[in-house]
Amino acid sequence: MATAPDLIDPSIDDVMADAKRHGDKGAEDHTMILNMGPQHPSTHGVLRLVLEIDGENVVSCAPDIGYLHTGIEKTCEAKFYQQVVPLTDRIDYLSPMTNNLCYCLAVEKLLGLEIPERAQYIRVLLNELTRISSHLVWLGTHALDIGALTMFLYCWREREDISRIYENVSGQRMMSSYFRIGGLALEPPLNLFKQVQDFVTKMPERIDLYENMLTGNPIWMGRLKGVGYLSAEDAIALGVTGPPMRASGVDWDLRRDMPYSGYEKFDFKVPVSDVGDVWARYVVRMQEMRESLKICQQALDGMPEGRIHAVAPKIVLPDREQMKTQMESMIHHFKIVTEGFAVPAGEVFQAVESPRGEMGYYAVSDGTAKPYRVHMRNPSFATLQALETMCKGRMLADVVAVIGSIDIVLGEIDR
Amino acid sequence: MYDPASAVSGTQAVFAAHADHAAVIALKSMATDAKFDRNEMTITVARESVIAAAAALKQAGYNFLEDVTAVDWLPSEPRYQIVYHILSHRMKQRIRLVARLFNDDAAIDSITSVWPSANFYEREIFDLFGVHFGGHPNLKRIMMPEDWPGHPLRKDYPVEGYR
Repeated sequence: MATAPDLIDPSIDDVMADAKRHGDKGAEDHTMILNMGPQHPSTHGVLRLVLEIDGENVVSCAPDIGYLHTGIEKTCEAKFYQQVVPLTDRIDYLSPMTNNLCYCLAVEKLLGLEIPERAQYIRVLLNELTRISSHLVWLGTHALDIGALTMFLYCWREREDISRIYENVSGQRMMSSYFRIGGLALEPPLNLFKQVQDFVTKMPERIDLYENMLTGNPIWMGRLKGVGYLSAEDAIALGVTGPPMRASGVDWDLRRDMPYSGYEKFDFKVPVSDVGDVWARYVVRMQEMRESLKICQQALDGMPEGRIHAVAPKIVLPDREQMKTQMESMIHHFKIVTEGFAVPAGEVFQAVESPRGEMGYYAVSDGTAKPYRVHMRNPSFATLQALETMCKGRMLADVVAVIGSIDIVLGEIDR
Repeated sequence: MYDPASAVSGTQAVFAAHADHAAVIALKSMATDAKFDRNEMTITVARESVIAAAAALKQAGYNFLEDVTAVDWLPSEPRYQIVYHILSHRMKQRIRLVARLFNDDAAIDSITSVWPSANFYEREIFDLFGVHFGGHPNLKRIMMPEDWPGHPLRKDYPVEGYR
């Protein structure tokens, strides 16, 4: 990290000083600065990398971020608690439901709300579908970056099914905002579970299809194996979480180790590999998709009946029917919409396992109806710090493979 | 619903109630305040001892720095609250370490020597709150452009920005 950042946008003085330092020994100064991004298809958004290269080899790699900074944390402070939910979709736009869940859990912890089991199961079900959907985007674009163009189309075909499930349940294909503080927005439509069951039934074959195309493919193996090594110690020291950490041999998954939203009731394995390269991350994510399908199946089989909201009339909006017929419900509705609801003062940190790693929401309340501070701990932001460790000494073309393998989303890095 | 009476606050009360908590044992000599609320342990230390506290927590098994952030409590003093969330993979437990800074001297030591992952988080706080981190290897703005006036997440910075 020491050399390259100084070379971002150097002033004329810096250039002169540099020229003077090298003097007549110009031949020894054989490294070159290469600017990659922010408009580069394989940076998955607007990431800018300042690479110092010696021939084809990467000497240093400094990420430059902030191109997508929209000040979501600041915006949250000006909204009521319930108005923040749609903002959270826009942070990690490939896994909107996970963001919704994490924020809702954080506020529910502040409020001390008990969520009914049915709502928890539906939340888990949709979260695992989100994980599969996000991993499909990762697989498609990762393969595309490396040159396996066909994968992209297959992955998008399956992702379309999940987008349709999203549309069916929330009316939106991407920015779903389906979870609410205290439960869910609406009772899911009657055909939802059948739609999910159809998907869960056919998906294992589709994953076999992907693996048939990639796992034994010599080009795919050649580009992935041994590339972008990250040791377990480095992963922990650099804040890497999620599949990249598990691919480095750290056996840690919040769903299993610190369960939330009823994950303790589900039986699933946490794929771990101790190889630590891009290949291991590929293998771990592919297995994760299969485990997610198992969780979906268990959620469908064990779906309890009952309420989808907590019993908290001052926090959860009432039914339309009740609102139109009961005076008290109408008052509650009016008050929640116009002045929000006060949340007891305090601070909480709630973390969930997002498709990319540990997503945490730190919410501070001062006792009013607007959050005093909301901070998001996003997995991609921390994982990006490990990029240099993984790329150093490798070929320039491997940088593309490494970026694909850590599966970053710039929306959550810049927020 | 949450019952405010369930919170335990004050160093002595918390340390007496959670005497076998690993973080309590590690920070016994350094803590200036403590709180146990909503099942989350918060321990406040003086800003001078933040590196020592981080190292002591790491020694006690809290191996993973999850997050560093800040809260601006304008107009009260100390104004800034720097918050570290540290996780233990072995104990499956999280601890919140807090240091408070006064407005006229908003600076604290960087803990990048203990956890290199603090690098980006501290840069983010430097950028958005204007808190200085001493000993940071590369303390530059990270989100906003280099020449941006002001620090957006401060409470005296308008939500719509300056116009």
